[in-house]
Amino acid sequence: MKSIQVSTTINGDPVEFLCTPDEPLLDVLRNRLGLTGAKEGCGTGDCGACSVTVNGRLVCSCLVLGVEAEGAQIETIEGMAQGETLHPLQRHFIEKAALQCGVCTPGILVAAKSLLEKNASPTDEEVRYWLAGNLCRCTGYDKIIEAVQSAAAEMRGEV
Amino acid sequence: MALDDKKSRFKYVGTTPNRPDGVDKVTGKAQYGADITAPGMLTGAILRSPHPHARIVSIDTSAAEAIPGVRAVVTGKDFAPVEDQGFADIGETCMARDKVLYDGHPVAAVAATTPAIAKAAIRAIKVEYAPLPHVTDVDEAMRPDAPVVLEGRALEHVPAGMSQNVTNTCEFGHGDVEAGFAKADLVLERSFKVAAAHQGYIEPHACMASVTSDGRADLYCCTQGHFFVRAVCSALMGMEASQLRVTASEIGGGFGGKTTVFIEPVALMLSKKSGRPVKLVMTRDEVFKASGPTVHASIDCKIGMTKDGRITAGDMTLRYSGGAWPSGTIEMGAQAGFAAYDMPAVRTIGWTALTNRPKEISYRAPGAPQAVYAVEAVIDEMCQQLGLDPLKTRLKNAAAKGTLSSYGVTFDEIGMVATLEAAQAHPHWSAPLGPNQGRGVAAGFWFNFGGNTCVTLNINTDGTASVTEGNPDIGGSRASISLMAAEELGIRYENVRTIVADTASLGYNDNTDGSRVTFAVGLATIKAARAAIKVMCERAAALWGIDAEAVDWIDGAAHPSGPNAGKFPPMTLAEIAAQSFQTGGPIAGHHEVNVDGAGVSFGVHICDVEVDPETGHTLVKRYTVVQDAGKAVHPTYVEGQMQGGAVQGIGWALNEEYIYGKDGRLQNAGFLDYRIPVASDLPKIDTVILEIPNPGHPYGVRGVGETPIVPPLAAVTNAVSRTIGKRMYQVPMSPPRILSAIKGA
Ligand code: FES
Ligand code: FES
Repeated sequence: MKSIQVSTTINGDPVEFLCTPDEPLLDVLRNRLGLTGAKEGCGTGDCGACSVTVNGRLVCSCLVLGVEAEGAQIETIEGMAQGETLHPLQRHFIEKAALQCGVCTPGILVAAKSLLEKNASPTDEEVRYWLAGNLCRCTGYDKIIEAVQSAAAEMRGEV
Repeated sequence: MALDDKKSRFKYVGTTPNRPDGVDKVTGKAQYGADITAPGMLTGAILRSPHPHARIVSIDTSAAEAIPGVRAVVTGKDFAPVEDQGFADIGETCMARDKVLYDGHPVAAVAATTPAIAKAAIRAIKVEYAPLPHVTDVDEAMRPDAPVVLEGRALEHVPAGMSQNVTNTCEFGHGDVEAGFAKADLVLERSFKVAAAHQGYIEPHACMASVTSDGRADLYCCTQGHFFVRAVCSALMGMEASQLRVTASEIGGGFGGKTTVFIEPVALMLSKKSGRPVKLVMTRDEVFKASGPTVHASIDCKIGMTKDGRITAGDMTLRYSGGAWPSGTIEMGAQAGFAAYDMPAVRTIGWTALTNRPKEISYRAPGAPQAVYAVEAVIDEMCQQLGLDPLKTRLKNAAAKGTLSSYGVTFDEIGMVATLEAAQAHPHWSAPLGPNQGRGVAAGFWFNFGGNTCVTLNINTDGTASVTEGNPDIGGSRASISLMAAEELGIRYENVRTIVADTASLGYNDNTDGSRVTFAVGLATIKAARAAIKVMCERAAALWGIDAEAVDWIDGAAHPSGPNAGKFPPMTLAEIAAQSFQTGGPIAGHHEVNVDGAGVSFGVHICDVEVDPETGHTLVKRYTVVQDAGKAVHPTYVEGQMQGGAVQGIGWALNEEYIYGKDGRLQNAGFLDYRIPVASDLPKIDTVILEIPNPGHPYGVRGVGETPIVPPLAAVTNAVSRTIGKRMYQVPMSPPRILSAIKGA
């Protein structure tokens, strides 16, 4: 299959790559661009470990084609911290022990950030439903919900 | 120099600092199995059998080999037979030889320059199969006329005349069971089925192998034990262990499922044949079909009880199948079943039979959840029939220090009574329930393990310490090990860095399993620190010109002690380290041991459910985990283990199961159809940590990871049964099963 050239923006940087027309964006990120923060837990849209945003919309990058990135703005976990400064979600995830093995963590952080951009004060139930597409097998989710809520409170300037 | 062996007051242990790998893991930098690459690397892929049981007539790889970009093709013929039966069995799960034994069994593999070419090559391999009759259920497999999965694998003590699928039997217990039943006011016998569940780690198995033509090899993989990986792979490859260096990547969950190999020998063979590094990563479909789920089980459990709730006897027969190869898990189930109780008379008989399923591998407390489920469900039904309080009844029978356990050990200090009392005192136990809601309670038990462990601790000249250990860190163990090193040395947690070293850097370390790491690696770290302290005391003594015996180590510094020691100001670790080049050279401590003295751990879970009578759907409304963890080194991470284990148990109780069709093929090999709990399925999981010290550890650590998956099967079952007014005898309790119980007789 002949490769196609794609021009896109990833975490604010201009990026060009070649990919085949049937190649998932996740494979492009991981195998062609060295951005291995997004993980493949299933490749079928069931686990959320590959979550990124495309033009601000939360997607499973295993279900998006690389060629769909043409002209788009893509954000991945690698773009979440600003230099040495972690995003409040990242900091609270470490402090609240919201990760054990950490393989679900990049996807959950990207999904949680996208929730807080839409809803700065979600209820616990809203967080649980928003994150229902992100599987975590280690934590039982409790500490993830807590970390999202304490990061949200900090982002609202409450602490 | 005097050192207290036991410690009960702590400065760092029991605090909750951030883990050293946290930043890497929240920024996407951490390298997991599939993230490792090498220059010139090829992509591997595996061809798998569509048949549950068939003879391989022929494999034609010529068309695949002819595809440009295909660099190596491997089949079972590439692997020489090995003598060790255990390794041979593992090798056969990785690549079939003459027969395929389950749906998904590997028959060939390729390495190619791109994933697309590798896939095309797999499709070009032609395999001719002669299908054989199959069996996927343990009860059917034990029938004398069942299709035989493997011949001649029964252990000597298995009675003659049974199906050849029956490979093992065991018996544990004490006392006169029949006499015990004769004393009971109520004797209840029930039969149960427990489906196989998968560990469900989010990271599929992945590895990258690089073999050189002079017989050396490097292997990177996500594993719970790279020393075991080296042992198996070097045997299967016919290499010396010293020539194979295995490095554990960060690991995306294991829960027991990554304590063996599935793809690593194949990647090594592909690399050997191609002369290039090869990466092999399982798809999720492959993970479900061909990496170890648990055993599936069929259990009969009989208990006798007096009117006032004293258990007089227990008798249980367990039938487990660990798939197409012999499995020893039955023994742990048969030992664990009644372990929480002081049994006047008890007998557990276990059987293992082969079925056409993938080879089982550990999943948190392997074998225990199934056996304990049966016991805890029967006790609950008896409490209902006799009108007894389920917690008080368990308290009346609880094992304690001095109890002869159901598996022959006499217990030392244990926390069963304390755990039950804490559950009783918890507000959850007395909270009101709403309509269609019910409450269940269940206890659980796990042995905990020690095992082979090897730790090196280096004192750096700037007054910091580096700990080198050999157990992959799944959930924050590097933090716990650093805490214990800091505690013993008397320096800050931030001044210690713990790394997990490769197989060339340390002696053998057993797998990260059995809840052994914080206990056993912690113990070896403490002893390694004490060895370094001894050297530091000697160095201080030499500088002071006094006897090393006259130096004490207190709060991170050497102190002269005793009447003749002289009056020197304390010399800190940093001061001693800074002068080490002048006083004899670098300072290190190490410790190698096969750790004994693991302390058993008990848990009690309380579960509230709401069952929708229309659909049979169950929602867990409230859940509380009470567990004796021994000393909690990092209490937040202990809570995380308790919550995570409980939720895995809840998933198993309600949803998770391996479903085989009549054709012997797995019908639900994906997260859509094998549904693990998601955030919106669950309430908050409340935790109560009890810290009854383990006498076998200097700080009292027991280990915590396994026990929490044991009680949920029964806790949820008892809650559902009390809600719908019908007892449930099968796990998982999927909505159709609950509906048919509600509607049925
Ligand atoms: S890898 Fe994309 S959803 Fe699982
Ligand atoms: S922390 Fe391991 S899957 Fe979420």
